[in-house]
Order: sequence, then C-alpha cells, then structure tokens
Amino acid sequence: MTGWMDHLTIAPIVLPMLAGAVMMLIDERQRTLKAVIGMASALALLVLAVLAMTVADQGAAGVRVYRLGDWPANFGIVLVLDRFAALMLVLTGILGVAALLFSLPRWQKAGAHFHSLFQFQLMGLNGAFLTGDLFNLFVFFEIMLAASYGLALHGSGLARVRAGLHYIAINLSASLLFLIGVSMIYGISGTLNMADLAGRVAGLAAEDRGLLEAGAAILGVAFLIKAGMWPLGFWLPNTYSTLGAASAAIVSILSKVGVYAVLRLWLLVFGDGAGASSGFGGNVLLVGGLLTIGFGSIAVLATQSMARLAGASVLVSSGTLLAAIGAGQLSVTGGALFYLSSSVLAVAGFFLVVELVERGRAVGADVLAVTREAYGEGDDEDSDDGGAGVAIPATMAILGIGFMSSALLLAGLPPLSGFLAKFAILSPLLAAGPDVPVTTWVLMAALVLSGLATVVAMTRAGIDAFWASPSDEAPRVRVAEIAPVLLLLALNVALTVQAGPAMRYMEDTARSLHAPRDYTGAVKAVARTPGTTGGTQ
Amino acid sequence: MELILSLGIGVLTGSGVWLLLRPRTFQVIVGLSLLSYAVNLFIFSTGGLRTGAEPILEGGRAGNLAMHADPVPQALVLTAIVIGFATTALFLVLLLAARGLTGTDHVDGKEKSR
Repeated sequence: MTGWMDHLTIAPIVLPMLAGAVMMLIDERQRTLKAVIGMASALALLVLAVLAMTVADQGAAGVRVYRLGDWPANFGIVLVLDRFAALMLVLTGILGVAALLFSLPRWQKAGAHFHSLFQFQLMGLNGAFLTGDLFNLFVFFEIMLAASYGLALHGSGLARVRAGLHYIAINLSASLLFLIGVSMIYGISGTLNMADLAGRVAGLAAEDRGLLEAGAAILGVAFLIKAGMWPLGFWLPNTYSTLGAASAAIVSILSKVGVYAVLRLWLLVFGDGAGASSGFGGNVLLVGGLLTIGFGSIAVLATQSMARLAGASVLVSSGTLLAAIGAGQLSVTGGALFYLSSSVLAVAGFFLVVELVERGRAVGADVLAVTREAYGEGDDEDSDDGGAGVAIPATMAILGIGFMSSALLLAGLPPLSGFLAKFAILSPLLAAGPDVPVTTWVLMAALVLSGLATVVAMTRAGIDAFWASPSDEAPRVRVAEIAPVLLLLALNVALTVQAGPAMRYMEDTARSLHAPRDYTGAVKAVARTPGTTGGTQ
Repeated sequence: MELILSLGIGVLTGSGVWLLLRPRTFQVIVGLSLLSYAVNLFIFSTGGLRTGAEPILEGGRAGNLAMHADPVPQALVLTAIVIGFATTALFLVLLLAARGLTGTDHVDGKEKSR
C-alpha cells in the first residue's frame, strides 16, 4: 500500500458500515449522539465521494481498482472506481446528507435504529456502485434492500406494513432471479468478474451464446424490477407513496441503482466488442422505457395524492432513462446521465416538499373534503375566508417555491436543469442524420407528452394545496427540514448554471462506458501483476 | 443424477411459484422458501455434477477443474443461503406485524369482497 489515497475506493463502504455498527451498540435514548455520528458519517461520505470524483476524472489513469484481500482479479473480488461509479457516489452522498438532515427534527424518532439502517443503506448503495464483481453486486444489492425494508417500514402504521409486504415479496423474488442469472452466466463463462466477462463474451461458442444471453436477460429482469420498467413496476408508486419522507428521499435512488446496473453491465458485456451478442436486448430497453413513460404519465395524471404523484414521477424518470439508454448512442447516453443526476436530486427534493406540504393539510383537509362532499356545502367557504386577506405566510411561500421548482424540474420546463437534460437527450437523436427513425419520433413525443402530463398533474395538485384550500395556520416547518429541500434545489440550479462542465463530465463518462477499454484494461492490469496492490499504475 | 436434480429443481420451482401466487401470507413465505431451495440447487449445479471429486487441490498436482470440484458455486450457494435465511426471517416478522395490524392473513391486508 502506497498511501491513504489507495483506500479511497473502499472507504465509502467501510465508513458507513462502522458508523452503523457502532450506533447499534448505543442506547436508543441517546439520540443526539447517534444523530451526530450519523451526520458526521454522511458528511464524510459526501467529501469522500467528491474526492473520488476528482480522482476518477483523470482519463485512463482515473480508473482505480482495489483488490479485496489482495487476490488477483480473476480469483478475488475487485472494487472499481471510475467516472460513472464516482458520479453515483456523489449523488448518494448528497441525498444521504439531505435526507438525514431532514430526518433530524422528526423522522428519526418514529422508530428504532433509524440511524443504523440509514448508514447500512448508504453502505449498500455505495457498494453496489463500486463493485466490479457480479456476485458481490448481489451481496450489496441485498444489503441495500435489507436496509430499505427497514426504512420502508420505519414509522410503522397500517399502510406502510401493507405496502411493505408487497415490496419485500417482490424484491425477494427479484433476488432469486438475480441469483439464477448470475449462476447461469458463471456456468457458461466461468467468471464473475465483470471486466473479465466482457472479454470472454466475444469468444463464446455459438451454442453457449443463447444460454449466456438467457442468463443476462434473467439478470436484466431483476434489475428492471428495481428500475420499475413497465410490466415490472406496479409495486413502485404504492410503496414509495407510503414511505416516510426522509426514507423516500434516500430510497428513491434505489430505482436508479437498477438503471445503473443495466447501463453498466449492458454496455460492458453487450457493447461493441461483444461480437454476435453486441447490442443484445437494446430494443427491449427502448420499447420498455417508452411503455414505462406512457404508464408513468397516465399514473401521474390519475393520482389524487401528492405522495403518489411523486412515486409516479419516479416511474416517468426511470422510463426516460431506460429509453434513452436503449437508443444505444454515445451522445444520448451523456444526456441520459445528465438527466439521471438532475432527476435524482429533483425527485428526492419533491418527496421532502410533499411531506412538508401534506403536513399542513393532513390535520383537517381530508376530513373537510369528505364532509363537504357528504353535505354538499359549498357556501361555507365564504365565511371561512375572513382571514384570507392576510399575506401568505413565509413558510407557505417557501414551500410554494420548492413545489414549483420541483414541478419545473420534473416536467422538464426551461429555466432549470430538467429542461437541459431532456434537451441533451433529444438533440443528438435528431442531429444523427437526415432520416430520423420512427422510434426517435416516438421517444421525442413520449418525452414531451410526459412533461405535459407532469405539468397538468403538478398544477392541479399545486392549486389544490396552495390556493384552493389555504389552511389558517401554516405547517410548522423547522429550518432543518426546509434546508435540505433548498439544498437539493440549489444543487439543481448549480447544475443548470454549470451545465457546460457537468455535461463535459457526463460525456466523458458516456464515452468510457461505450468503450470500456480503460475499465477492463485497469482490472486486467491488476490481475496480471501479483505483488502490487491498490490503485492502478 | 442430472435427471433427478433437474426434476427436483423443477418440482421445487413449480410448487414455489404456485404458492407465491396464493392469497395467504403464509403460503407466500413457504413459496419463497421453496423457490430459494430451488435456486440454491441450481447455483450448485452450475459447477458441474460429479461424484467423488476432490474438494481441494492435492499436493504436487496441477490445478485443473477436471481434478477437483469447482469451489466457486459452493461459496456462492453458502452466501445465498445465509442471505435468503435472513430475508425470510425479516419477511416472517413483517407477516406477523401485518397479521396483527390488519387482522387478516390476506396479502392485501383485507379479504376480497365476494
């Protein structure tokens, strides 16, 4: 080991594991201490992630390979840090800090072991992004899911237990599919290392190829269940809408983990170097993504509650990403990565805003609506409006700004990064040549129409929440609760202002994903030189 | 041996899927357990089926899969069993919580109205 920097690759996994484990031992009543440890760990993770991003953004030398137990890559498990992994680490770090900050005034008290579960969630996410081994990916998926089961049920209650039952059953089945896929791939190719696998696909015998593709397809189903692709995503809006806001903000990145795994493995294993298997399943991703956008848009329009609206918009963003990835063009992938960053931040922010807005209304709004319907009283409103001359309280104004910005981001309307992201996906598709294929027009129509559906639904929900039924007293919102919302929005604004450098990073990432020579080269270089350790040369 | 193993995996998977689609939570959890047995056997079988193969390399012989059993699927299946056991236990707890909160063991938390 040459220095501390070599361990940068594993630190984002070890740190939350230690923090989570230590907090298991601390008594549940010492909440302040736990909050301090948790917050320190989340902040340190964010710093580490940004550091990892600067390291990864150095071209070919940026791909860092860390051998666990110092076994050569073919025999042991490697962790690989590259641009894509670093990007996801940074997004996880940001969500971690924001969600944890949000939970401090209220959510951490809703049940036992919140902070430990939260750290294990971060550990599972970081591990899934960093690992370079298929079976290790399964292990980190399970850590991530086990923690998310805990967070999904955090706060308990009938609705959560009911939705959690479905969530866990579906994810357990998906894990079994994951195992079947991984073992089929191992049985055919004889390796679990992703980089090694990528090298072996081209040389497979023709009769083995079908079985490998079947294994990869089963594996893909497991990932697409997480991502919520159309026939596999019915569980998603239900589960996400019942989550507590702090849990929802961090768990909302889980659907992007599915997208991450698809993007990484598909381009690595079935990229241009895969011989006869090259581009296998691309049409499934494209069509599935389009159907998901359609289903998500209908779900967005059909929902009554704001929390379900947020869940449905996760579906729309998943569909957009899958369709853009399925297009299989380098420049489109760059736009898709920009969209991924923007939508992860926007969706998480929206979950937090929704909880704050609903809090003000939850006390009487639902009951009032039912009473009004039952007795058909419409004129009662006038007498209630006596205090309407008073200016909107500041909290409502801030919440309104948060809501409106989230709506703009999710719908992809001009001033903010949502628009730039959709533009970055669409413009290279159209610039490809004089004859644009039909699927491109369909994708373009789907993106624009899903934006329209989001605008309609958001406007309706926003009018309902902020104008039609102003509550007499604004919801009690603490600084620690509004700060993460503003933080996430500010980051999106920063992404808009700094779109140039951000887009440059995304395009570099897309380039290294489409031509994973650096990735496979780095892993194999380490595999060949026993005795050396840590990062690449 | 191949036939017996594949029949075993097939029967376990078939029963597991059927139970998974049943409306009672207990049936679902038994179905998931059967499915995970089937998957574990399947993982085990990817190493190739041989009787009497050496578990580890003998001294003085070259490392060759023809000489000894493939250790990787064994390691995988062990991990899969541990993880499957833990998640099943967690699911069982949730099942009990759902039974207590909803008063029914239907997977949707309420009986279907007939």
